[in-house]
Amino acid sequence: MVEWLAATRGSIALHESQYMYVIVESVHVLTLCLFVGFSALLDLRLLGWLLRRVPVSKIVGRLMPWTVAGFVVMIVSGALLFYAIPVRSYHSIFFRIKVVLLILAGVNAWVFHAGIWRLRTSWDLDRVPPPRARVAGALSLVLWAAIIVAGRLIAYNWFDCDHPLPRVVVTLTGCAQEQQ
Amino acid sequence: MKRAVLLLAVVSSACAGRINDEGWRPFAEWSYATRIGTIIHESAWLFAAIESVHLLGLAAMGGAILLVDLRLLGLGLGDEPLRDLARDAQRVLLVGLAVMLTTGSLLYLSEATKFYSVDFWGSAEFPFIYKMLFLALALLFTFTVRRRALASEAPVTRGVLPLVGLTSMLLWLCVAVGGRGIGFY
Repeated sequence: MVEWLAATRGSIALHESQYMYVIVESVHVLTLCLFVGFSALLDLRLLGWLLRRVPVSKIVGRLMPWTVAGFVVMIVSGALLFYAIPVRSYHSIFFRIKVVLLILAGVNAWVFHAGIWRLRTSWDLDRVPPPRARVAGALSLVLWAAIIVAGRLIAYNWFDCDHPLPRVVVTLTGCAQEQQ
Repeated sequence: MKRAVLLLAVVSSACAGRINDEGWRPFAEWSYATRIGTIIHESAWLFAAIESVHLLGLAAMGGAILLVDLRLLGLGLGDEPLRDLARDAQRVLLVGLAVMLTTGSLLYLSEATKFYSVDFWGSAEFPFIYKMLFLALALLFTFTVRRRALASEAPVTRGVLPLVGLTSMLLWLCVAVGGRGIGFY
């Protein structure tokens, strides 16, 4: 599947172009400010550390369009980056860790929205939101920080398939390695 | 305001005059050979770790700057009292800035010799000098003009405020692009 993707014309063009890859990568990194920056501000409000006088629903309502726009840019540029180097990314341990963390961040957001967020009328104006909202904020901060670190480390080839790897890493990355 | 412009002019001409000057070389070599610089560039993973923290600082600082600059343009939390918003955002900005300056200095020490080259345009020296120049401008702007604008009592966006927001975003974008540029060499 990823090998088929790597053989497509778009993937080869993106991989070999001198500027396109670099531009997409830069957009992906700089959009961090908008997407993670704004998510972090909301998380800090949920923790009751920041903007305490502003109702939580107002922050969500006003910042969400910007955050969603940032998210779309992140997803599109991220998908293109994967598309440019599919085989290596697929076997990258950091990419795999990042995907797991992204899923966890998604679950955390879903639990928040399906749970305490529905009861927001009772705590919208609280300077310090209830524990369940604070936990969601703290988890989100930690998860997104870890996602940034994992994403950055994809660039390093420490655990690439062509290196001699410990058995546990081989299992985790699905690398086909010759037994030494 | 007049003083700020004067300072800008002095800083930028000083930087421009220094570009590709032999005078940098001893400093670059000394930085690279410092204890901290040596530990980092001899380690297999320290550089990556510090760089990751540099990115975390970027996200925090970028968000705090964008929130207030968009507010100056009447966007996002455009109707919140500017001073309250600015005070809270400033805390995040300062923490982010402290993280970025610390990790940035460490990164500089670990590969300082990369920023001195006879080939100015074809080496990391160009994006580095460019980034430092805009960093100086952005910091100066943030802590003079922008700071004063944020202290104003204006309830809504008016007059010069949108211009301050736009300038701030543009200056910091230049710094960020320069930083990204360093990574390509």
